[in-house]
Amino acid sequence: MRNLFNKRTLTALGVSALLVIATGPAGAKVEGDTIILGAAVSLTGKYSTNGKNTIQGYELAAKRINELGGIKVGGKTYKLEIKYYDDESTSARAAQLVERLVNQDGIKYMLGPYSSGLTKAVAPVTEKYKIPMVEGNGASLALFNKGYKYLFAVLSTTQYYLKEAVNLAAEVAKSQGKKPSSLKVALAFENDPFSQDVRAGVIEDVKRHGMKIVVDDKLPPDLNDMAATLTKVKATKPDLLIVSGHAKGATLVTRQTAEMKVNVPMIATTHCDSARVAETLGNAAEYFLCASQWDRSLNYRDDWFGSAEDYAKRFEKDYGYAPPYQAAESSAAVLVYVDAFKRAQSFDTRKIRDAIAATDMQTFYGNVKFDKTGKNTAKPMVLYQIQNGKYIVVAPSKWASAKVNWPRKVPK
Amino acid sequence: MDSLSLLANAPVLSVQLLLDGIMIGAIFALAAYGMALLWGVMNLINIAQGEFVMLGGYTAFFLYTAGIHPLLGVPLAAVVLFAFGWILYKTIIFRVVDKDLFISILATFGLSILLQQLANELFGADVRTAQSGFGTRFLFDGLVTVADIKLVAFVTALLVGAVLMLFLKRSRMGQAIRATAQNARAARIMGIDTDHVYAWTFSLNAAICGAAGALVAMTWIVHPYLGLPYTVRAFMIVIVAGLGNVAAVLTAGLGLGVAENFAGFILGAEYQAAFVFALLVVILVWRRFRLSRERKYLK
Repeated sequence: MRNLFNKRTLTALGVSALLVIATGPAGAKVEGDTIILGAAVSLTGKYSTNGKNTIQGYELAAKRINELGGIKVGGKTYKLEIKYYDDESTSARAAQLVERLVNQDGIKYMLGPYSSGLTKAVAPVTEKYKIPMVEGNGASLALFNKGYKYLFAVLSTTQYYLKEAVNLAAEVAKSQGKKPSSLKVALAFENDPFSQDVRAGVIEDVKRHGMKIVVDDKLPPDLNDMAATLTKVKATKPDLLIVSGHAKGATLVTRQTAEMKVNVPMIATTHCDSARVAETLGNAAEYFLCASQWDRSLNYRDDWFGSAEDYAKRFEKDYGYAPPYQAAESSAAVLVYVDAFKRAQSFDTRKIRDAIAATDMQTFYGNVKFDKTGKNTAKPMVLYQIQNGKYIVVAPSKWASAKVNWPRKVPK
Repeated sequence: MDSLSLLANAPVLSVQLLLDGIMIGAIFALAAYGMALLWGVMNLINIAQGEFVMLGGYTAFFLYTAGIHPLLGVPLAAVVLFAFGWILYKTIIFRVVDKDLFISILATFGLSILLQQLANELFGADVRTAQSGFGTRFLFDGLVTVADIKLVAFVTALLVGAVLMLFLKRSRMGQAIRATAQNARAARIMGIDTDHVYAWTFSLNAAICGAAGALVAMTWIVHPYLGLPYTVRAFMIVIVAGLGNVAAVLTAGLGLGVAENFAGFILGAEYQAAFVFALLVVILVWRRFRLSRERKYLK
């Protein structure tokens, strides 16, 4: 043990220390022939499932880019690599780790964490260091009214999640010879930033159509029972029921509308695919409408993955399960970088930032074009309907593969 | 007050609210009964009460995925949680039992965080349910619905309560538990192994919570973070009902469930919890007021 720190080791240590200083942060964003992106993503804590989806989305995109030969910048080809830290699903940790990625690891191009809350915590850091961040998992509107210049989101923001359901109800009413303004709407939204954003978007369209709101409940985050709200819904007989409360809300409304025989002709909710309501609750979920960012049946395509279906098949091959949209939008975020590097032909963060801002492309995930605030305005939300236990796209009509089944009947 | 006029126009709705309230109240009462037992016998306030409920729920869920009917999952979850409670007592709880109340609160608080995170790590954050396959009953031309599963949950909750009461009254261990609750020192002198009694009491509480959790999995949903509402409500019920009174705990539990449901209907779901806590404050103030009027000497 005494020989542990002999002269030679010390010299070696000294030399390597010098090397570290010499090659330090300045050159670390691009090492040799590798471009390194960075991200703090939740591997543990309450977002661990979706965090895993996010990382697999990032990884699959990087892998695919490298398979196709990498990215050509200034006549040289570069491979893509991503450095991760686990943010433990907490805001403070995420901000800390991004600071570390920037300062210690010298990362100059950031990918987003999972969830709006963590993105909110991280964005001020990347903004401070003027480092671009492309994210696919922070949809809250509050991210885009702070004047951030370096934040870009490929997904549709929260207020668009269930607007389509209101419009679909209006369309159905018209086809039945009724005025949309004669419709009654019941709303139950969890009292958290995400669901309240969704609600704001829904209310906008409800007002635009002149529909009447008969129930407007805010569900407390710790509530495990919707009986009181649903009793009200049952009594007021609305034409449309919209619920948003993450997977918990989706499961509860599915289960309890069936149990309490709440007969509403159209029910829409977020998160029913991630809550797997069709798989676990069977008949009770029939004809439910679900908001989604993306679906494999949509006819978008790009040069890297091919069609949305091709992407899904590749993901299944590599990871053994069908890609949730959280993975797809993460892959899309990486593709935006690839496109920006190509157009910028530079590693300068300012130039990359401007190239990202000028993005106008189609990916397997959808069209990407950012507005001034950095949100993607080119991709609409998708509405599924559960038909015979399958998630079928029914809106918007341009991308839809089937017609909506209406009215919803209470299952036996 | 749209909701109030709705209730006035269709009074039958209040039957629905009443029934739903009673049924969730029965589950609160179960968790509360366990809490009162621990508090009374061991002078231990168990902050991890809700986490025991959560673990019971997961036990029932995993048994369900293994093909066992969730109803059978109720006793099985109780057995599993009993064993779990025993292990917890022998490793952790026995160290804090004789200590200051504050220490045991801290210890169980830590335990509750640990169990939440462990459940998240092992079972994932997804929301689960166990399907019983039961139907729904209609009353008043379908205006009022009673899901059979809720009925079953309610009856089971009563049954568990009754069995527990008999156990405490009749069995040797039950008598020993009650003796220890009255005076631990005297019980020790009489030859009762109080450490053994504590282990039994703690495991018994875990078992009750386990049964409650299995009922929750059948009727509502299970996820790693569902515990807190149950802990808080159990705590509240015990405060209102006192430690030594099964009937009072049951009444308080049912009353709480009903009050919550009516508050949720009339004021909106966002005020459901706020209303309940406001009610707690009112009850405590009123009780204090009454005590001071009686001018008794209070220790």
